[in-house]
Amino acid sequence: MSSNVSKEKSMVIQKEMIANHFKALSTAKESGKKVVYTFVPGNISELILAFDMLPVYPEINALQSGMRKKSDGFIQDAEQIGHSEDVCTYVKCDIGMLLNGNIGPTGEKIPPPDLLLLSYTGCFTFMKWFENLKRLYPGVPVAMLHTPYQEDGQIKPEMTQYMVKQLKEEVIPKMEQVSGVKYDEEKLKGILRNSSKVEDAILRIFSTTKNTPSPIDAYFAGVYYIGPINSGFRGTPEAVNYYEELYSEIMERVRLGLGPITPEGEMEKERFRLVVEGPPNWTNFREFWKLFYDFGAVIVASSYTKVGGVYDLGFRVDPEKPLDSLADYCMNCYTNLNLEQRIDLLEQCIVDYKADGFLVNSIKSCNSFSAGQLMIMKELERRLEIPVGLIESDLVDPRYFSYSNIKNRLESFFQMLDQRKTILSH
Amino acid sequence: MKKYYLGIDLGSTTSKAVIIDENDEIIGKGITNTRANYMVATEIARLEAMYNARFTILKQKLREEVETSREYARYIADVESAFKFLQFNRRLEKLNMQFKETISNTFKGEQQERIREFVNDIIEKIGPEIKHEYLYGDIASKNQFFRDIVSERFNKEVAKLDKAYFDPLVLVYDKSITPVENELTDYDFKELIFESLEILNDKYAHIDETFSTNPGVVFDAEINLLKGNYKKIYDSIKEHISFIANLDIQITNMVGTGYGRALLPFPEKSIKSEILCHAFGAHAYFPETRTVLDIGGQDTKAIQVDRYGLVTSFHMNDRCAAGCGRYLGYIADEFSISLNELGPLAMESDHEVNICSTCTVFAGAEIRELLNVGQERSDILAGLHKAIVMRAISLLARSGGVRNEFTFTGGVARNQAVIKYVTELVKKNYGDDLTINIHVDSIFMGALGAAMFALRSKN
Repeated sequence: MSSNVSKEKSMVIQKEMIANHFKALSTAKESGKKVVYTFVPGNISELILAFDMLPVYPEINALQSGMRKKSDGFIQDAEQIGHSEDVCTYVKCDIGMLLNGNIGPTGEKIPPPDLLLLSYTGCFTFMKWFENLKRLYPGVPVAMLHTPYQEDGQIKPEMTQYMVKQLKEEVIPKMEQVSGVKYDEEKLKGILRNSSKVEDAILRIFSTTKNTPSPIDAYFAGVYYIGPINSGFRGTPEAVNYYEELYSEIMERVRLGLGPITPEGEMEKERFRLVVEGPPNWTNFREFWKLFYDFGAVIVASSYTKVGGVYDLGFRVDPEKPLDSLADYCMNCYTNLNLEQRIDLLEQCIVDYKADGFLVNSIKSCNSFSAGQLMIMKELERRLEIPVGLIESDLVDPRYFSYSNIKNRLESFFQMLDQRKTILSH
Repeated sequence: MKKYYLGIDLGSTTSKAVIIDENDEIIGKGITNTRANYMVATEIARLEAMYNARFTILKQKLREEVETSREYARYIADVESAFKFLQFNRRLEKLNMQFKETISNTFKGEQQERIREFVNDIIEKIGPEIKHEYLYGDIASKNQFFRDIVSERFNKEVAKLDKAYFDPLVLVYDKSITPVENELTDYDFKELIFESLEILNDKYAHIDETFSTNPGVVFDAEINLLKGNYKKIYDSIKEHISFIANLDIQITNMVGTGYGRALLPFPEKSIKSEILCHAFGAHAYFPETRTVLDIGGQDTKAIQVDRYGLVTSFHMNDRCAAGCGRYLGYIADEFSISLNELGPLAMESDHEVNICSTCTVFAGAEIRELLNVGQERSDILAGLHKAIVMRAISLLARSGGVRNEFTFTGGVARNQAVIKYVTELVKKNYGDDLTINIHVDSIFMGALGAAMFALRSKN
């Protein structure tokens, strides 16, 4: 009983946080707060907050629209004005939402941007996306932050210097100009101190899946857990409070030996432990989750929950070196890692979290995530001799979610796992 | 009592059933192309496998006789052919009744009369022709579906008539064939098999007469032996026939697979994915199999297996019809020929046309364009066969390539042109030394795998 009550507490906290954020956005004009549109991977929200501005994340809005069954219409509207069928559906969903009055997930209007902060982290589409937004919001300044790709699998000092230079010469001056606030490094350090605590808590939370049964699902529930850090709360006291609360709730589940909570109820028997690569499908999110629930499959680690920051490999922000930290944070985000690093990271997850299999959800419209996934699969299969599987869907375009096809493949995948387990146990 | 295990594979185009014994030996196989509903399809396939099993058991009982005297083997094969003819004939009678009903419901007055006469004439013509082919030809061993056998001959007769009656006659056929195909015809095995023996007695009693009036029939050594011997064989076999007709074949356990598997009234543990079943079945036939390519009606699968026949990974094309059997069905419709004729026609080509279209529907437009510019039908068909195989090769590459040995399964693996291109392209991409396995029963691999799972999960 106690765990149910506490479970609700973290959910209530998160709901309030998000609601407050959208409230603040809807009243930004009245309160005089400036609004910055930026992306989740490599989001330097701490810097935005240091200027007392409010961040908006178009991908988050798009996935919310997908979950609220609005993306279908938005995408079609974007296609009507000329966006091709093959364009990233987050982009089309966002543009469609804009064409329909930019009403956010809480039903409140999201204000237009005062600054477009284009943090480029390996996804070429981000640039095209903001080119479109620039046209749709004429006159709004664009600050470009180019993140060097970790081609050699390491961050070299000159890469950090290159990014810090951009922050100093491009991003900060534009933020000062837009907000009318002078850059205050001490304030940024304070915010980063909270970020550091949050990063620790997140790593602890996602490490609880080492337990058997796993107390949480690191993919389907995981996307809720990363919600606050990916929607404007990095470095806030609210986030510190939320993650500590969440962690203690999960530890209570560990103490009681309970499995994950799902929309279908508590997972009673953990039959399979998986590591999943790739974003989930949002339009049929619950149905998608239920497929795994029905098979008794728990996701013990997922790469998607690392898009807003990878902490498994030791990276933490250093509040005493604020700009260097922001630079390194951006370069460390999952989609900016090279394929070798992604494979190493996934391998570590599979081994550490004792996964039975590895599954890829290949997203039709997300090239930056999907490129190389077959190679990743084959390499993991070769290194670890574990069963691997591939399913295909899309982020927010419901036309690309085929329930029966996914079910058919998952059924085969789980039977394959089952058969293997039976044979290996003899 | 011996124990038997049943595997059912409910595919999108055909449904298959396989019965095995405790040693994984196939005892019976059944297949149907009915699209009625999965329950009827299962039942038809299962009954077919049961009949087939009785013949297998008969042959096992008479193994010594079959091995030592050729006329015995021939006689049993003839019994089976006659049995299949009787099954066919029951359905033809049903089709004839359905024709009558369709004609009365669709046409009026003089047109109705004319069409009725035409259809009667056709049935009277093709009925005895088909009987002859069952008794003296090899139609029984060809595994053709009722629809294929009838439509080929029906269309031939229609083509001879006044063109004005072409559309109405095709309409009558199309409207009548499906309900007959979709209806479960339950035969009394005992009644049919004794009737088969009578047909054979009659066949051999009048064999000289038949040969003098049918120059096309080959008079071979076995027939010569049977001519004077058939009564003796009949007498010695009668008792065994009674035995297998009365034999109670107990199915100890069964497993279902294929696209319709969720609809089977089996418990959850008795439903297996077709990927596992195809791999297991293919591995049973060819134990060195490491890569399986299965091209079915609704999807294409590239499966990697280990030395135990366990699946290690798989890739599927379940998105695009251009990569699976349905593509060939569509092409057959475009060319107005039956699915069985596709492969042989394509094999006539000596240089295939390059078909660029990767889409089933748009391939239709490409075909018309190619025909307009004067390309040979066989060359176009060859190009289409190559196109489907190219897709499969790409899927294989994505799934980790081809490892030795390579086994090709699924309904499409019966098509000679597909086999030709699969062999050619697999060898070209993965080396000439590779062993490629293709079995005549490749369409039954899924059902066999299911039956083997049934045997292994009996407890």
